Amino acid sequence: MGIIATSRLKSPWIMHFDNSSCNGCDIEVLASLTPLYDIERFGIVNMGNPKHTDVLVVTGPVNRRTARVLKNLYDQIADPKMVIAVGTCSISGGVFHNCYNVLGGVDKVVPVDVYVPGCAARPEAIIDGVVMALQKLAKLQGVAL
Amino acid sequence: MNAWIIAIVTVIVAPFIGGFLAGIDRRITARLQGRFGPPILQPFYDFFKLLGKSKIAASRLQLMWIYAYLVLMITALLFLVLRLDILLMMFILGFAGVCFALGGFSSRSPYSHLGANRELMQMLAYEPVLLFLALGVYAQNGSFLISQIYASPTPLISRLWPIFIALLVILTIKLRKSPFDLSTSHHAHQELVKGIMTEYSGPYYALIELTEWYEIVLVLGIVSLFVANPLWVGIIIALAAYVLELFVDNITARMTVGWMVRFVWSVGVTLCILNLIWFWVFAAFKGVS
Repeated sequence: MGIIATSRLKSPWIMHFDNSSCNGCDIEVLASLTPLYDIERFGIVNMGNPKHTDVLVVTGPVNRRTARVLKNLYDQIADPKMVIAVGTCSISGGVFHNCYNVLGGVDKVVPVDVYVPGCAARPEAIIDGVVMALQKLAKLQGVAL
Repeated sequence: MNAWIIAIVTVIVAPFIGGFLAGIDRRITARLQGRFGPPILQPFYDFFKLLGKSKIAASRLQLMWIYAYLVLMITALLFLVLRLDILLMMFILGFAGVCFALGGFSSRSPYSHLGANRELMQMLAYEPVLLFLALGVYAQNGSFLISQIYASPTPLISRLWPIFIALLVILTIKLRKSPFDLSTSHHAHQELVKGIMTEYSGPYYALIELTEWYEIVLVLGIVSLFVANPLWVGIIIALAAYVLELFVDNITARMTVGWMVRFVWSVGVTLCILNLIWFWVFAAFKGVS
């Protein structure tokens, strides 16, 4: 199992899902995928397909429409999987918390591993969030990152 | 007995070569895009990670086709290294492609179907050129056997260079590189998610990666046949062709399926037919004099 546990830490493929965000965090997520930060150095690739994903990056507050989409996407990801909530809205609902259609943070629907605060979260913070998710996975498996 | 040893060594060593080439591909692509790029061993990390994921299958039939794809690809590669019949090798390679397309059709995802349709169109584009390649080999050597290519003193490229040019175009399609990365694009998630591979997850997706590594070795092996006599020259030419494909991949944009078929049939097939006609005329004159 050693080689598989090590490989898991070296190739986290991410998928980005936008609940009902204002697009601020989405632009920052996409900015963190650009050559400036070059996250492919760490094996991070944006897959856009839940069946190939390891890390689900969610932005924006969950509303009644997107809740079932988010649940569906989460269920399609093969284990082991991680969820990262990016931005204040995805943590608590943010400025949208008392809207009639908003349920609140992402953790109302799926279990969240790492919370990345910020409005909008900076690309450095998002990359740091992915690294923290990997540290958590490493700790679970008992492997050094 | 010797053939068995060669076969076993090939089955074990070929994925390592293919994965290593895929790693170099990602590194060079990153450098061309002004990035640093992942480690060379990244494809192997991806492969083992996928093996460790839980098994989710869209349908049972899909798995049968994907195993058939892997086994037929290995069989085609064994035909090459054991120096058997090149025509039969092309047919087995074609059947492997069909299995992959049928695997795409056997789940109900529209993206998978779209990718499988495009895979069939890609086969429509490249199969005639591969067939003409086999005919060209017969025209020059009077035999379809690959061992005859190695035994012949004149390299294939001296008389079959138009077919070689057509083969370089085919190589782009077979390696799924831009401008022909249509059925399963590595970088166009907006258009068709992952095309024909959309519905494979975890270990089954790892099997596809493994088959792709065998495929890289196989198609580069076919390229190396063109200068078979000092084999190292052929291998260098094959590696140079691979690097050329990486550059082409990075400087071109993805084209449409119709354009691909028109381009390959007009340029590739015409080159092949002209080459064979030239052979025929050559043989006729030789008979007169």
